[in-house]
Amino acid sequence: MKIRLDQLTMKFDETTAVNNLSTTINDGELVSLLGPSGCGKSTTLMLLSGLYKPTSGQIYFGNQDVTKWDAEKRGIGMVFQNYALYPHLSVLKNIMFPLKMQKVPKKEAMERAKEMADLVQIGHLLDRKPGQLSGGQQQRVAIARALVKKPNVLLLDEPLSNLDARLRLEMREEIRRIQQEVGITAVFVTHDQEEALSISDRVMLMKDGIIQQDSMPQWMYKHPENEFVASFLGNPPINLLTIVKKANGYQIGNSDQLLNVPAFTLPKEDNLDVIHIGVRPEDFFVTTNGNQTFTGKIIHIETIGRDTLIRMEIGDTTIRALVDPQHDLQVGDTCRLGVSDTNIHYFNVESGQRLHPVERSMENARETNMEEHA
Amino acid sequence: MGKEALSKGMIYLLLSLGAILMLLPFVWMISTSLKASNEVMAMPPIWIPSEWQWENYSRAAEVAPFGKYFINSVIVTILSTIGELLTTILAAYAFSRIHFYGKGIVFAVLLGTMMVPGEVLLIPNFVTISNLGWIDSYEALIVPWVASIFSIFLLRQYFFSVPKELSYAAKVDGCSDFKFLWYVMVPLAKPALITIGLLKVIGSWNAFLWPLIVTNSQEMRTLPVGLSAFTTEAGVKYELLMAASSMVILPMLILFFIMQKYIISGVARTGIKG
Ligand SMILES: Nc1ncnc2c1ncn2[C@@H]1O[C@H](COP(=O)(O)OP(=O)(O)O)[C@@H](O)[C@H]1O
Ligand SMILES: [Mg+2]
Repeated sequence: MKIRLDQLTMKFDETTAVNNLSTTINDGELVSLLGPSGCGKSTTLMLLSGLYKPTSGQIYFGNQDVTKWDAEKRGIGMVFQNYALYPHLSVLKNIMFPLKMQKVPKKEAMERAKEMADLVQIGHLLDRKPGQLSGGQQQRVAIARALVKKPNVLLLDEPLSNLDARLRLEMREEIRRIQQEVGITAVFVTHDQEEALSISDRVMLMKDGIIQQDSMPQWMYKHPENEFVASFLGNPPINLLTIVKKANGYQIGNSDQLLNVPAFTLPKEDNLDVIHIGVRPEDFFVTTNGNQTFTGKIIHIETIGRDTLIRMEIGDTTIRALVDPQHDLQVGDTCRLGVSDTNIHYFNVESGQRLHPVERSMENARETNMEEHA
Repeated sequence: MGKEALSKGMIYLLLSLGAILMLLPFVWMISTSLKASNEVMAMPPIWIPSEWQWENYSRAAEVAPFGKYFINSVIVTILSTIGELLTTILAAYAFSRIHFYGKGIVFAVLLGTMMVPGEVLLIPNFVTISNLGWIDSYEALIVPWVASIFSIFLLRQYFFSVPKELSYAAKVDGCSDFKFLWYVMVPLAKPALITIGLLKVIGSWNAFLWPLIVTNSQEMRTLPVGLSAFTTEAGVKYELLMAASSMVILPMLILFFIMQKYIISGVARTGIKG
């Protein structure tokens, strides 16, 4: 089912938990709501479920305005962070519960519950009580219970945060598999960027109740709309540097280096004296043939897994870079790092909004396109 | 290790002494119920009757219509227990889960009434009952006892411990408030409800003062009140009184043995002593 949120706002006494949120979630899509704790993800989910009613704005399921409908009527399945299984009921009875409320005949309910239990691979645990299950198993029961009544939408609120790291990885793939097998529209809340980027068709990144960016995961990672998005995604985090306009180009921090990006110009209106640039640690490469963008002194080296993480100082600016361990680098060495200019992100210092340099903007792309077509 | 065993031994010794002390009156009751009347008051006390007078029991049963008393006691106990459980469940749910205007104040007032000793309420309640024309009826024996603030308070605390997500999950699964209460909260609160029910059954079965005041006729008497039949102008027939008392206590004893586990955990939960 297609879902449309139209200028949805939810105010508690003083806090505005969700602020003027509009978006459309397509049928069969898995959308992640991502953001730091307290940014309004759960509240958005509660609004979708009907457990909360918005202060203003509309919610449409298909073409139907369901804003005023109660949770019982909306035909949704929901999985909670602590699973919220009924402790006094067996696994089978837990899964059958929504059907019992719909007055589905017992025999049919039992069959459907068992079918669903098989889908989430807990068919052998039907007689257990929730207290006798591991976290991952409880999770599966919760998903089965949410799906058994064939809901229009599946809502999941941080369903993986109570699991240990390995299980988390396994379960997120499971959730994706089940969601695609059933073909259900799903909204997945998480504060874990890796989780969001890995399983969703689309990510909505929120902060203070406002959507910061709403796009495909890879696009969001490669083209952050503002500094917050840039710094929220990625681990180790993106390097954010200040560059200052001088007569002959932009200078990096208080160093004597100019930013060595050939043919770098900003549109007139963005031609500011001070701007921020962002470069992801993995977008650097070590170079010796003069095409470096940054030159500095290595102050720290550590090996994490298959990568080497170096910290390099340029004036009062420190940057982190993930580099190929083949290079024989030592603390104290002078190091030259290059970056492909498409991997440099420019931000307005005040608003944090992304700036679009002319050379790489649409004009440029269009020209190349036209040449190819000609 | 020896020290530990010693202190453990001391504890058990003390507990055993306490248990014997508690059991003495009970044993005395049974023993008296089997004595001949001349042995009842004998000095020094006789613990084991020289001849066991089993017929005391059948004689006691003939003194008054105990069959009728028994039926009355059963009816009053069952109905007031069911009544109290129902009102407690509904009120506790309302006070723990439903938002309504003045909830805090209403609850504070209810709790306040717990500070009024029951004896003070005896007369106003009697007046109310007689104005209603209920004197000497089941209504008088039952209706004033179908709500207990203490039980509501106890169950409300229990309901609070049920996570909010569970009611959200139930809503999403299609439950109304009432269905959630019935299918989820009540089964979850079973231990608390059993505690409340047991305390009520025991209290109701043993109730003496109120039934004495609001009943006049033999027809409406309950067992504890009926025991007064053994007090005559000629004195108290202790051996018969004890025989009847033993029979009155028997159902509670059986209940206690069946429900021992719940009673003990219930007492631990409510902090009630003795
Ligand atoms: N029931 C509530 N009453 C008052 N404030 C709330 C309530 N629920 C959430 N909030 C506030 O709304 C904001 C967003 O909360 P929430 O949606 O739970 O964030 P998230 O799930 O992203 O961590 C927070 O500031 C929180 O304190
Ligand atoms: Mg949350």
